[in-house]
Amino acid sequence: MTLIDHLPVLIIVIPILASLLILLAGWWDRRLCYPISLITILLQFGAAIVILLQVMREGAIRYYLGGWAPPFGIELAIDSFNSFILATILLLAAATAVYARRSVEREIGPEKTISFYVLFQLLVTGLVGMTITGDIFNLYVFLEISSIAAYTLIASARKPRSYVASFNYLVLGSIAGGFILIGIGNLYVATGTLNMLDLARLLPASFELATVHAAFLFLVIGFSIKAAFFPLHLWLPDAYTESPSAVTILISTVMAKVSIYALFRIIFTIFSTAYIIDVFPVTGFILFIATVAMIAGAVLAIAQSDLKRMLAYSSVSQVGYIMFSLGVTNQVALEGGLLHILGHAVMKGCLFMVAGLIIYRMGTSRLSELKGIAKAMPISCAAFALAGASMIGIPPTIGFMSKYYIVLGALEAGHWVYAGILLLGSLLAVGYIWRFIEIAYFRDGRDRGSGARTLEAPASMLAPMVALALLCLLLGVFVEGLMEIVGPAASLLLGGA
Amino acid sequence: MIEPLLELFFARYNYWMAIILMLIGLYTLIAKQNLVKKLIGLNIFQTAIFLFYISLGEVRGGTAPIYLPEGVDALYVNPLPHVLILTAIVVGVSVTAVGLSLIVRMHEECGVIDEDGLLKEMRHR
Repeated sequence: MTLIDHLPVLIIVIPILASLLILLAGWWDRRLCYPISLITILLQFGAAIVILLQVMREGAIRYYLGGWAPPFGIELAIDSFNSFILATILLLAAATAVYARRSVEREIGPEKTISFYVLFQLLVTGLVGMTITGDIFNLYVFLEISSIAAYTLIASARKPRSYVASFNYLVLGSIAGGFILIGIGNLYVATGTLNMLDLARLLPASFELATVHAAFLFLVIGFSIKAAFFPLHLWLPDAYTESPSAVTILISTVMAKVSIYALFRIIFTIFSTAYIIDVFPVTGFILFIATVAMIAGAVLAIAQSDLKRMLAYSSVSQVGYIMFSLGVTNQVALEGGLLHILGHAVMKGCLFMVAGLIIYRMGTSRLSELKGIAKAMPISCAAFALAGASMIGIPPTIGFMSKYYIVLGALEAGHWVYAGILLLGSLLAVGYIWRFIEIAYFRDGRDRGSGARTLEAPASMLAPMVALALLCLLLGVFVEGLMEIVGPAASLLLGGA
Repeated sequence: MIEPLLELFFARYNYWMAIILMLIGLYTLIAKQNLVKKLIGLNIFQTAIFLFYISLGEVRGGTAPIYLPEGVDALYVNPLPHVLILTAIVVGVSVTAVGLSLIVRMHEECGVIDEDGLLKEMRHR
């Protein structure tokens, strides 16, 4: 076996070792932490791209840990669906890692940088592990690794409010973890295996058992809490608003997306479409709740007076779009939903980076104090406008493409009313995005003393933000190439080749 | 009337106990104001799940799954749920540790650890 064959396990092992190395190196010299962290994330991103290309070329990879064949050993299973998610989350993690350096120095304090990078690395490790594992209990373990790292990172702002936000998330997250654990136990009782592919093979025989129904509900509710699917989103606004900017970017893009991935994986791979359509019909209900989530999230976002909190509620709304595609359950809508996982990660990452830059310069993200900020921070506000356009769904951005496919899928399935409401939801997105644009560009702020001097942040923070903003546009223009990745993934989820 | 219910309870009493414990834990989480009590509720909730898993592996008359010499026959209990739950216990301990340290910090900063008091403190700042 060459090194390439071991990439699936290396992509988990290297960051764990790196987190230890950061701790040791940090004792010696604190300045070493950042380069080690950045190099590790970039290595992982490179590995993810290699894996993605390999899966597209040669089909799914199944890696048996320690050479123990499943169902006795744990396997890492990478197919067209999770290789796509893997590349997405590591792209965002890499962007965050570049951005984090200055932001962490300012918001967390130089003396705590070592622990920040250790936890950052552990969070990414947990999420990568969740994405590529083929064993459902292993999924739970990685989920808890990432969750505990996230609780600590949210509290790292070291303000009373962030402690409260972190504690609330800890309680809700642990309940979610408990539900997932019960669900896994029920599945084990019903089938006697924990391997995902084995489960998918054995479950249809016991689809009618109450145990399996209970397992389904526990797992779906548990992961819905983690993914902040309305009305289980109550931890999200505080957690996003009160954590340091770099942490907000990471959990709002990477962590939220992995929870949604796990939900898709449980519903489609383990339970299959036959279960959610015929045996235990929930798609209609999910579609209804997702529609409510889109509208409620957007309305709540419009009502906020703080930029970060507004973006947090907008995340609740966007999770609704992704779950909407799950509720429609056909090829076109799922392609749109998967595109939206990538698209939303990119644009929400960019928007939160802008919010972070504003906090870096202004020390606040209250909308009322940001009048005329576009004069002082032209690049940031332009990036916000571009990513915001994508959030609304203006062509040719990625946000337009994903919503277009979701609507197309809904129409194909005959859900005319829901498709109409989805378009209405996009109009509401105009409401909250335009509010910031208007305040930033068209209101005259009080004189900021130094006249026309720009207050743009350091280049290491601007670069990833501008890159993500351009990515919103480029991904939309070159959507054809993406469809070649997303198409097979969607048909895989629906049980095809 | 009561007989079939008792039958239902005693036939699977281990699961019922797990469910009762779980609900006690969830009730504590929702009803108690004090954050330490909330964390205790969380621990009861998690313990219920641990007990559920451990009772899964039980085989009536089974013995510990230790390899016996050739020729000796024995019925083993299923060790896998027990192994899984070891991991979950470690997770529970870590979550409790993080939660308690958050409470300590809240107490240092605000001087209170109950929900209403914290809300009042937040409003003042």
